[in-house]
Amino acid sequence: MGSPDDALTRRLVDLSRSLRQHGIAVGPSESADAAAACAALGVSDRGRLRAGIAAAMLRREGDREIFDQLFDIYFPAGVGDRQTVGEVTAATGGAEVRAAAEQLRDDLATALATADERELDRLAARAVAELGALANDSTMGGYSASQTLDRLAPQTAIAAALQRARDGADTPAGSGEGGGGSGSGSGGADGTGSPWRAEELSDRFDRDEIRSRVAAFRRRVEREATRRNIEARGTERISRYGVRDPLERKDFLLTGREEAVELQSAIRPLARKLAARLSAKQRRHSRGAVDVRRTLRRAMSTGGVPIRPAYKYRHRSRADIVLLCDMSGSVSGFSRFTMLLLQALSTQFRRVRFFGFVNICDDITDLVVGAEMGEDIRTRVAEQATIARWHGSSDYGSALEDFVDRWLGAVGPRSTVLVLGDARTNGSDPKVAALRTITEHARQVVWLNPERSSAWDTGDSVASRYGEVVDMHECRNVEQLRQFVSRSLPV
Amino acid sequence: MPSRFSSVEAASSALEQAGYIASDPIATTVYLADALGKPFLVEGPAGVGKTELSKAVATATGAELIRLQCYEGVDEARALYEWNHAKQLLRITAAGAHHDPGSGADEADWGRVKEDIFTDEFLLDRPLLKAVRADHPTVLLIDELDKADVEIEGLLLEVLSDFAVTVPELGTIQARHTPFVVLTSNATRELSEALRRRCLYLHIDYPEAALEQRIVSLKVPDLDATLSESVVRLVGALREMRLRKSPSVAETIDWARTLIALGGDRLDPELVSSTLGVLLKHQEDIDTATAKLDLTRGLA
Repeated sequence: MGSPDDALTRRLVDLSRSLRQHGIAVGPSESADAAAACAALGVSDRGRLRAGIAAAMLRREGDREIFDQLFDIYFPAGVGDRQTVGEVTAATGGAEVRAAAEQLRDDLATALATADERELDRLAARAVAELGALANDSTMGGYSASQTLDRLAPQTAIAAALQRARDGADTPAGSGEGGGGSGSGSGGADGTGSPWRAEELSDRFDRDEIRSRVAAFRRRVEREATRRNIEARGTERISRYGVRDPLERKDFLLTGREEAVELQSAIRPLARKLAARLSAKQRRHSRGAVDVRRTLRRAMSTGGVPIRPAYKYRHRSRADIVLLCDMSGSVSGFSRFTMLLLQALSTQFRRVRFFGFVNICDDITDLVVGAEMGEDIRTRVAEQATIARWHGSSDYGSALEDFVDRWLGAVGPRSTVLVLGDARTNGSDPKVAALRTITEHARQVVWLNPERSSAWDTGDSVASRYGEVVDMHECRNVEQLRQFVSRSLPV
Repeated sequence: MPSRFSSVEAASSALEQAGYIASDPIATTVYLADALGKPFLVEGPAGVGKTELSKAVATATGAELIRLQCYEGVDEARALYEWNHAKQLLRITAAGAHHDPGSGADEADWGRVKEDIFTDEFLLDRPLLKAVRADHPTVLLIDELDKADVEIEGLLLEVLSDFAVTVPELGTIQARHTPFVVLTSNATRELSEALRRRCLYLHIDYPEAALEQRIVSLKVPDLDATLSESVVRLVGALREMRLRKSPSVAETIDWARTLIALGGDRLDPELVSSTLGVLLKHQEDIDTATAKLDLTRGLA
């Protein structure tokens, strides 16, 4: 490998240590490969270096986001203000900030309209330099991406960008009117196009195109702010706290609205993968004893010597799944995700039934089955099902008792019952006996708890009282849920 | 071992001459896989050109492409080698027919037959052995490895780390030319860590608009430039729509060919909705796209 470049080697080692801190297994052999890759590629082209190190260190696409963030930290694009940006001064004071933002927004609209990657990159750097500097001395000259984005409000450039893109597209095509006097007005256009211009099919989706370019611009600004902050605060600190975890490992209990939407879109691909795995598991289990008749028939092709045995297939009935979901505010995000995932997987099981509860139970199977993709199921449940009585806070004891009283018929010897909830009873009687009754009727009862296991039994949680009767699994994020479904769920 | 490519640029242009336009990360990883002599694991959605890439590498380096298509239940006998049992039985039976019971030459005869039936003549070589035994450079493509069972990965570990195969009756066969190994996976199953560790990893995603346009104009040279731009833009818009199956590069190319066959020179709702089946393969997706692009209404 030649003599190791000390500075480069140290960076690679630091990078791999940071990756490990973020849960990506990068061992010495990966680091060595990365070093060999660096030696083969040289360090002149940053994009190739990134691709090369990623190829050597990463093992799956899900880790790419973290890697990219950390790569930017350890192999920054440059130091200080970039040369391409030119002279910039941080704007101070309200009027100055507004003027700078106005100017940037105008440039941004043009860059968005033409999808000029290099210009967008330059604008992100300029925006952070001009609008992102934190005023407070205690922040050690740091930069804030959210302040930049708040002040710049890039989404307000969409309308102008759209107008310019459409005008720009017309001119070279020479379709007559061309540029017109539409000017660079910041926003007048409502997206239906100028009245004197023939509609193009692209008019129906160019707004979305520009919107996704704006989203990409936001990420550029975040990257740029991170780059500036490393200088102020040091690599070590930023690499530990300044990196977003991927969606897979984000706590269900901490997901916000926007992330919930992203999670919803992750259900389909996840369900497809899990379905493939579950059906492979089913097939593996269904191999039975040697089938003598078919083996002998097969042996005829090898002169009567039974070289390749044939096996019987065992018919196994598929499992019944019954979900008991806490629908109260605190854990409903988790319940909703799990319900939709199992609904997407329902072909793998004989039957899936959903029961929602807050303090009493109701059958919500039809509501879940009929839910549109991306719809918030909570509103429908609130309108059409009775899951709370007298008060709106969750009470596991009375909900379980109510389930035993009214819905026990749904549980049979082939059923696997999954209880979803944090086992926080708000101080009421947990009524463990009701849960025991369910376990006696079901093949298996499992409790999925979206809280970290160290928080169980704190406050009003009665996790371990229920845990004595049923298996309780920590299921904090998509990753853990995926593991549970693929490993522990009977098929 | 002589390198196949001298630099990233060389890899990129060689691939382009073989009819594959590689993005910079792809060209970089191909170059590295060659320079470091490591197998090369490619993941990505169906139809982005994973298989095509290895074919292009084979063409670009003048090597033979040997392909092992994995499926559930693929085993050693299908992947590595197999003795031709039927032929061996025939050989034994034939030996028995000439056998003279009176002469007492039973022992010697069996010894000869035994030697005889474990020779090259009765060995059926399957892709892995074929790649190892080849006397010319090869590209070994192990396609859709995620479809195979876990056991086959153990077998691959041995082959991929030493490029040697041991056949007990014949001894160890060492590869004369280290094959350029490409593994592809659609990620329906997680591949084992041990296997991943031995490979360079590359995820190929849908290409960026500019790259896709170059690909389309290479594959469908008759397509008018402005039309090809709108084609790529529309496909890009479809990919943003959260469909069950997003259209891939292969489908973009098919669609471009369809448009030429139909003689369209400009995208309009009628043309798009009548050919949408080329791009989208689920009725659900077609409905979504029709609604979002408002395809039932003509252009104003």
